[in-house]
Amino acid sequence: MATDVQDRTATESRAQPARPPRRNLARWFSDHLVLLIGILVLVYMFVPIGYIFALSFSQPPASATGHTSATGQFESFTWGNWTSICDPEGLCDSVKLSLEVSITATVIATILGTLMAFALVRHSFRGRGVSNLLVFLPMATPEVVMGSSLLAMFVAVGMDSILGFTTIVIAHVLFCLSFVVVTVKARLQGMDSRLEQAAMDLYANEWQTFRLITLPLAMPGIVAAALLSFSLSFDDFIVTNFTAGQSVTFPLYIYGAKLKDFPAQLFVVGTIMFLISFVFVTAGEIYRRRRVRAWS
Amino acid sequence: MSHGVPSAAPDTAAVDGATARRRGWGWLLLVPGMLYLGVFFVFPTVQLFLTSLYDPSGNYFTGYTLTWHFANYLDAIRDTWHLFVRSFIYAGITTGVCLLLGYPLAYAIAFKAGRWKNFMLVLVIAPFFTSFLLRTISWHTILADNGPVTDFLRTVHVLPHDGRLLATSVAVIAGLIYNFMPFMTLPLFASLDKVDHRLIEAAGDLYSSPFTGFRKVTLPLSLPGVVSGTLLTFIPACGDYINAEILGTPKQYMVGNRIQAAFLTEHNYPLAATLSLILMVIVVLMVIVYVRRVGTEELL
Repeated sequence: MATDVQDRTATESRAQPARPPRRNLARWFSDHLVLLIGILVLVYMFVPIGYIFALSFSQPPASATGHTSATGQFESFTWGNWTSICDPEGLCDSVKLSLEVSITATVIATILGTLMAFALVRHSFRGRGVSNLLVFLPMATPEVVMGSSLLAMFVAVGMDSILGFTTIVIAHVLFCLSFVVVTVKARLQGMDSRLEQAAMDLYANEWQTFRLITLPLAMPGIVAAALLSFSLSFDDFIVTNFTAGQSVTFPLYIYGAKLKDFPAQLFVVGTIMFLISFVFVTAGEIYRRRRVRAWS
Repeated sequence: MSHGVPSAAPDTAAVDGATARRRGWGWLLLVPGMLYLGVFFVFPTVQLFLTSLYDPSGNYFTGYTLTWHFANYLDAIRDTWHLFVRSFIYAGITTGVCLLLGYPLAYAIAFKAGRWKNFMLVLVIAPFFTSFLLRTISWHTILADNGPVTDFLRTVHVLPHDGRLLATSVAVIAGLIYNFMPFMTLPLFASLDKVDHRLIEAAGDLYSSPFTGFRKVTLPLSLPGVVSGTLLTFIPACGDYINAEILGTPKQYMVGNRIQAAFLTEHNYPLAATLSLILMVIVVLMVIVYVRRVGTEELL
């Protein structure tokens, strides 16, 4: 990896003894201070995760009314929440709906967005400026506005009777689309065009060049865009709240539970989501490192 | 980038960077996405605009009539300007603190983490995958009156004996900062990671102190990341209502809370639409002025 090499040269030049001691001290300070602040910020970001993890093992206290609410402090240890994930009514259905919605929205947004990114980076035509602006505007629109405008439209065209899966997917594709375009565009702009020219020089036709050179090079950007879409969609509450009608996605379920009993199983699902994504991302990273090592 | 009018001469800018832009039928790739944005973004926004001009005397059950009632805007601004001010102050503080915390983090990952770089990056993204509602609710527990943070702050007399964290502006802003931190850190990291280390070394060789080197080389080069990071934090923070609802009280409510209530609880569509449009126009104007000022047109 190029950056590793750069890091190494940077460390070597740092090790040169010729520098006066005060500058060494400043260097040491800036080196470790920044890293320390960074680590503290990371710890801050993990505090609620730790809480969610702990509360997933907490026996929820029963209140006087017989309702249970798990949002209090840690009570006593139990495996019970983990063995009864689907017990709270509708919880597992909401997770299933969320998965269906976010997978559908991710596929549609990634395809549409990738095509748009190719058009915007690779082709010149009248109206590119306007197109770029139209792609940018949804990102500059607060979610609450996007949700309410979609609902206003659904009501106006009489679609408010079918609010549910379809309307949620429509809304999610909308806010994922711009992020896909921006992510894939960044990747395409950073690509070395000489590789494609070389393929053409070696008598590859346009389709072969695209399939064997362009697409594999663009793939990391497309995968990153799809992952981003999936996580934005799976976690979305605000836009979904406007467009879901009676359907309940996982974030809507949590929101509903907040208002009455809060089952501890929600913390279990939260922990599982965290663990799965962590394993996935780490595995991807290890795979990438192996491949880099194999190449070099 | 983004030249509006294609020139007849071959695109010389494309020699370094992307392949030469081809003329022809390539724009057709844009059609499905643009149709989508037209139908589900432009059209609803127009619909929202029309809704905002409905006669406010109608209601959910009897229906509304379009009377081009522009007075809705004046009424809305008169009644809710304090919500807008509060939203922008909260979002501004959030963006500032996120930048102050996110920059060292992104810098540490890009320059100081060495072989742990990708691992630290994973750690930044990981909390993102646990539902943000769950995380906000657990902040509610952490900051609660009998929670550890309040206890500690009372013990060291930062808070008075009966002081609270929950249900204050501090809690709401802390929640916003927490939730939007990755949106700041990731773009910052992306542009810091691209900075050529040799430029920083060159600054050092030319006798600039590490700080001057940072100020004159690293910081300007990371500016695109600062711009997209601040935008990606500020925009959603303006419209957020979850943090104010979970960690605050009606005294901390932002404009998003009002829009949500008007739309989903009161079914007062004209008011909700009016507020939404005002918010959208203000945010888009701020963004355009900001992007022009800082001078990175890459985003647009």
